[in-house]
Amino acid sequence: MSTPRTDALSRLQGTGRFALELEAVSRHFGALVALADINLTVQAGERRAVLGSNGAGKTTLFNAITGDFPPTTGRVRLFGEDVTELPVHERIRRGLRRTYQISLLFDGLSVIENIYLACRGVGRRRFSLRRPTPSDSAMQLAETLLEAVHLDAARGLQVATLSHGQQRQLEIALALAGAPRLILFDEPAAGLSPAERAELVEILQALPEHIGYIIIEHDMDVALRVAERVTMLHNGRIFKEGTPEEIENDPEVQELYLGQGQEAGHG
Amino acid sequence: MAARSLFSGSASFAERHPAAIAVIVLLLVYPSFASDFFVFQIGAYSLILGTISLSLMMLAGYGGMVSLAQMTVAGFAGYLVAILGDNSVGVMGLGWPWWVTVPTAVLAAALLNTFIGAISVRTEGIYTIMITLAIAVAFFYFVRQNYVIFNGFTGFAGVAPPVLFGVDWRDPLPFYYLSLAVAGGFLWAVLHGARSTFGLSLQAIRDNPRRMRALGYDVTLHRIAAYFLSGLIAGTAGVLLVWFNGRISPGSVGVDIVIDILVIAVVGGLRHPIGPFLGAIAFVLLENFAIDLIDRERFNTVIGTAFLLIVLFSPDGLLGLWNRITSKVRLGRRAQLGARNEKRDGRHPAGSLEGT
Repeated sequence: MSTPRTDALSRLQGTGRFALELEAVSRHFGALVALADINLTVQAGERRAVLGSNGAGKTTLFNAITGDFPPTTGRVRLFGEDVTELPVHERIRRGLRRTYQISLLFDGLSVIENIYLACRGVGRRRFSLRRPTPSDSAMQLAETLLEAVHLDAARGLQVATLSHGQQRQLEIALALAGAPRLILFDEPAAGLSPAERAELVEILQALPEHIGYIIIEHDMDVALRVAERVTMLHNGRIFKEGTPEEIENDPEVQELYLGQGQEAGHG
Repeated sequence: MAARSLFSGSASFAERHPAAIAVIVLLLVYPSFASDFFVFQIGAYSLILGTISLSLMMLAGYGGMVSLAQMTVAGFAGYLVAILGDNSVGVMGLGWPWWVTVPTAVLAAALLNTFIGAISVRTEGIYTIMITLAIAVAFFYFVRQNYVIFNGFTGFAGVAPPVLFGVDWRDPLPFYYLSLAVAGGFLWAVLHGARSTFGLSLQAIRDNPRRMRALGYDVTLHRIAAYFLSGLIAGTAGVLLVWFNGRISPGSVGVDIVIDILVIAVVGGLRHPIGPFLGAIAFVLLENFAIDLIDRERFNTVIGTAFLLIVLFSPDGLLGLWNRITSKVRLGRRAQLGARNEKRDGRHPAGSLEGT
């Protein structure tokens, strides 16, 4: 049975409006070409994995999308709007979110304060000189997110005292704050224990279907379980695209990335 | 689930901060046992310098932006009071009433600091210090060379607070309480503001500006807004300073006093808003009594040595020193209590030879 949410999603997808469109995006660092002529489209609500060996340009691709390192050439469109010239915070306010390979959190603040700030960042009253109250809508949303990422027990703890796994969970909570429409997950499973990885997969699979994401992940089990499509990068260029099965069974991919024995791929 | 830890608990302020209550009472009754010299020259002056340093602490401690132009902003407000209000040198002195002059001066100072912020927030660390120092030096030379508006080298004299409700506010007692009210008000505002949405976001920007951008914050705008708020504090203190001195000249905004504000904030401690006031008391006491120990010309040697010693032994300033002492006392008490409990329970303290 279709819900209003899936109907809206279908309408959005039906119009041909993509969540993300990259048109001939390149990024150079001096003589080094980190990204070259990337053309990529991601449908609204789509879950995509970006794979590739170290130095393939995966994180640079994320930086080009968010505006941390704007593309040297090419255009970036978010939900049909050209955001190539927009600063990072403007792209975020349009529904884009990201996590980082190495947790970037606010160590001096508590867990709930971190999530509250993330909820407030895309809302109004960012300059409010009043203390947040329990009835504050951003605070209520923060409380909900706290439970969603299973961090209720760590609510008042200072972030610096959290375990690595908890910090990764908090990273995800920050990315889910507000009303995200497309999230870029940069190696969310890095350094997690098998149990924490299972919990991560559960969290990703439980995301509302209107939230699309692109995930960079070296753990193939995680990446192929949570993605509907896979894009392979090699030397800053798109090397292959397809479903997880197509990519897994592609001889060239096996040769280049997975290895003959299909070991969990590390670049 | 109710958001509890972020908000104040049920215990009253007095229960949670007995030491703060003791200090407040002491400050209120201070004039009853102190001479006019100690009330005015030491008490009021410390409060004014502490307030200017508080404006720096807010920027540096919460925002990670060390600006050397805070005294410049305070001085600008002081100059405006002399220019727009009354002075005795016959230059400018537009004669505006105090209730127009004072808000105008404070607001103009805050806007000047906003402008300084807009120039400097794209830099970090030593570059922010250098840019704001350059602005401070430029302002010093500008007011020294401009005779039409700022009356050049001489500056302005005969600047006094108004007589209001039959009280001459430059008398030591009323001026002390006026300074105390302003300092206390801003101290409370900064403490309260630190846990507000803006305060939390400013601290988060200090810790990780890149992450804050990725949460939708316009980091540059937030930093500039912090400059505006700190300009309100510095500007108000600048008005008090010109009333305290009765005059203002380029020497009031010179490089030495500009750096003194940084020294006060660092000596007191940048981690808590009370730090600048501790630093200001130490500075003013040294400034007044160092002459008994050493030649007046050598004052900078004394303050420099004190600065070096404090930074060397306690990078968090006097506040850090105090925290270290109190935590040691607390640990000692806890150890004593533990030993007593073990003795009462018939156990021997850990490491005791009696037990072996």
